[in-house]
Amino acid sequence: MPLVFAGVCSHAPGITGRAERADPVLRDGLYENFDRMRRAIEDSAAEVLIVIGAEHFANFFMNNMPAFCIGMGETYSGPIEDEAWLGIRRHDIPGAPDLSRRLIADIMNDVDVAYAEEWRFDHGIMVPLHFLTPRYDLPVIPVNINCQGPPLTPLRRAWAFGKALRTACDAVPERIAIVGTGGISHWPATPDSGKINEDWDREFLDRFVNNRRDELLAYTDAETYRDGGQGGFEIRTFIAVAGATEGATGEVWFYAPIPIFAVGCTIATMAVD
Amino acid sequence: MSLYYVQKLLYQLNRDAQTRAHFETDMESVLADYDLTAEELAAIRTPDIGLLYVLGVNGQLLMHYAALKGLEWDEYIRAMRDGVAAHGKVRAGIYAMVGD
Repeated sequence: MPLVFAGVCSHAPGITGRAERADPVLRDGLYENFDRMRRAIEDSAAEVLIVIGAEHFANFFMNNMPAFCIGMGETYSGPIEDEAWLGIRRHDIPGAPDLSRRLIADIMNDVDVAYAEEWRFDHGIMVPLHFLTPRYDLPVIPVNINCQGPPLTPLRRAWAFGKALRTACDAVPERIAIVGTGGISHWPATPDSGKINEDWDREFLDRFVNNRRDELLAYTDAETYRDGGQGGFEIRTFIAVAGATEGATGEVWFYAPIPIFAVGCTIATMAVD
Repeated sequence: MSLYYVQKLLYQLNRDAQTRAHFETDMESVLADYDLTAEELAAIRTPDIGLLYVLGVNGQLLMHYAALKGLEWDEYIRAMRDGVAAHGKVRAGIYAMVGD
């Protein structure tokens, strides 16, 4: 059946790992909007949550880097990082392997994807789950787009993947929510950590919520690196959600640069009707 | 320059508790499995987090090695800045993909 929810959110490890060091007003505003997204997903009666992430060398490395990978595991676990460092306790997370298998088989008609029956989630998926499924009882299907190790997945392929994902989701009976998680501009884990290009972020978000395909796909990697840092490469996750909701528009629920979280913290949704 | 193997070592340390334990008790036997230059070996052994950054190690790997070696977040950021001051700009990897 048609998607029941589509949104995007940030996933920086500082959001949970360095929570006490942030401006409490901004932090609490972010948390409130994560919780609003949790309620929206619950209200949608989603049976499965697909998280389109951009992991950071936890499972995928330059020895065998897929442009796209979809989880097909019975269960997953995370965080792979130190629990105290991330501020999230380790959990098992239920998968939906039968649904994964059907979606993968359909998507591969249009886009080549790898699949993985093992996957240990890093902060890129655990931070969203911590807020969106805090009891870790909603089955999750992880998706990874290579945003870390060049050559990166082309933006137009991220869009095509989103479209193929949507086609596949619409063809199955399950109620599915999708959340993309990444960027926007940030220079994480570098000497420039905390730098945020708010103007660039707001321009990107304007293109995103108005779902202006050509403008979303116009960024070159060199431009993104210059204006949005290497963390900006994670716009691929937002672009996949835009591809999955082609023709629809969205709404930014929260945006604020929070330097100790090292990212312009974002919560936004796209219409799925 | 064998940046790939420096990063592969840190990737394995980050994701595998057994490799971490082995590294703690017998670092040299772990290092022997990787094709590393003398400069890279010294940077890992010291550890010289700033030099590893300048060599081009991705921060998503390096921040966990820094934490493993006891550096708090602010110390990690400072170590990279000190590394650039001491060794110059990043030589390879994703942070060298465009010019100054």
